[in-house]
Amino acid sequence: MMTTLVAARISVSPGRVGAVINRNVGALRSGPSYWVVLISGFFEPLLYLLSIGVGVGALVGDLTLDGQTMSYAAFVAPAMLAVSAMSGALAETTFNFFFKLKYMKTFEAVLATPVRPFEIAVGELVWAVIRGSLYTAIFLGFMVAMGLTTVAGALAAFPATVLIGLAFGAVGMWVSTLMRGWQDFDLMGTGQFALFLFSGTFSPVQNYPVGVEILIQLTPLYHAVELVRALCTGIVGPGILVNIAYLAIMGVGGLWLASRRVEKMLCL
Amino acid sequence: MADQSLISARGLVKRFGDFTAVDGIDLEVAPGEAFGFLGPNGAGKSSTMRMIGCVSTPTAGELRILGMDPVRDGTRIRARLGVCPQLDNLDPDLSVRENLTTYARYFGVTRAEARRRADELLEFVQLSDRANGKVEPLSGGMKRRLTIARAMVNEPDLVLLDEPTTGLDPQARHLVWERLFRLKQRGTTLVLTTHYMDEAEQLCDRLVVMDGGKIVAEGSPRALIENYSTAEVVELRFSDGLDSNAQYAAKLDGIGDRVDPLPDRVLLYADDGDAAVAEVHRRGLTPASVLVRRSTLEDVFLHLTGRTLVD
Repeated sequence: MMTTLVAARISVSPGRVGAVINRNVGALRSGPSYWVVLISGFFEPLLYLLSIGVGVGALVGDLTLDGQTMSYAAFVAPAMLAVSAMSGALAETTFNFFFKLKYMKTFEAVLATPVRPFEIAVGELVWAVIRGSLYTAIFLGFMVAMGLTTVAGALAAFPATVLIGLAFGAVGMWVSTLMRGWQDFDLMGTGQFALFLFSGTFSPVQNYPVGVEILIQLTPLYHAVELVRALCTGIVGPGILVNIAYLAIMGVGGLWLASRRVEKMLCL
Repeated sequence: MADQSLISARGLVKRFGDFTAVDGIDLEVAPGEAFGFLGPNGAGKSSTMRMIGCVSTPTAGELRILGMDPVRDGTRIRARLGVCPQLDNLDPDLSVRENLTTYARYFGVTRAEARRRADELLEFVQLSDRANGKVEPLSGGMKRRLTIARAMVNEPDLVLLDEPTTGLDPQARHLVWERLFRLKQRGTTLVLTTHYMDEAEQLCDRLVVMDGGKIVAEGSPRALIENYSTAEVVELRFSDGLDSNAQYAAKLDGIGDRVDPLPDRVLLYADDGDAAVAEVHRRGLTPASVLVRRSTLEDVFLHLTGRTLVD
């Protein structure tokens, strides 16, 4: 009985998930405001790459990672790629999702149709990852053009960015369902910025005291950065399996919790 | 009998923590019927509607919608329902037409068919000229009509309308009523909630009066008036003396079937209003204003719940 209930909850109709995505495509096409958000989200990591990776990189010089020497920009670029994948998906599943959930009552209208809460969560997540992947694909293009990775490295890293988008998008969606109001998003922004600074993005985590290093290794963006950096630089070790598992669990867990919360909130 | 009903409920209960919103109701709605839930805010109308709409799980009791179990077959049932919620939840990011076409996709309607239905429905609710415009500038009545059109986009067997005209001005209300009446004539089964007596009288073949989560009366509007009120009602307002309306009521005792003192007026329930007025004057009372009118559902409601409707 329990298993059939779970099966019923997570069985998904592609048509209905497609309809949830279709709504967002319609909203995107309806006005310029959405495009502004889309473009601004893309530029941030690129500007960091140029200012810190290239600018500060000129002061720092080359560094050696696992016996391989690389420019500082080549070290920072994969991290910015991971950040781009994270923030692209997050922007969609936090602000936009919250707005649709709390203010526009979009999901209330959708739940009066055959669409189920889990299908809404899946549709919104897929849409978020599509948006995030648009950022990362262009970003990878820049990296190849600037000689910061190879074409093979970029092709290997792209699916990893999709996984990162799924992981952060899903957890972000769950967190949005717990938000009381817009003020809580400031808190989330601070958390996101802390991850951005300390996840081995601008310096190898080994530079920190052991306690801090272990703490960082528990946080999600660290695993995203490690995975993408390994694939972009070609220094691939068994450690990426841990990174992949960590992100996959985030994605599945976040999605499950988010759809449960949506159901709890809207199907009283 | 139960197999032919579109909705069948037995001992239906909905509780939120300690609060019982719906307290054991029984009802049957037949195909083609226009069925109403009448009652004040907090009577349990919307909670009942949400259970019928398969977005809320009953706490106890038995509920069958279109012959199916809403917990197990929610998706299949919702595919055949049209829902017009109490508050418009139209999509401000989409155009008027897209609100319909996008919604149709949730029901698996193809793109071309969705467009065809959208244009037809916009015609029906008289919004064709706004098809490409945004939702936000529409008036309250227009939004309501668009929400009703949206509820029709899957060609439902059963349409649920939660307070379809609350908050609309009189003209807009009449236009909505007229459209709903057309739907009814086409044979669409309508289930609606309202706290407007005139709305219930206009639209419903049969209705239940709800109060405190329970059904306190059931029948056609006419039958309810006949059973729970008199043919006519006399409204008396007094402004001379310092007496409260309760004291006037005591002096009116015995006239008609029943005397009901309200804060601002005294109601006299009598089958012959004019004869009752004559008797009032014969007793030496001089009300500032006298109104003899037909009995309405509001009088039924007053009689059943002992208080005026609070919106």
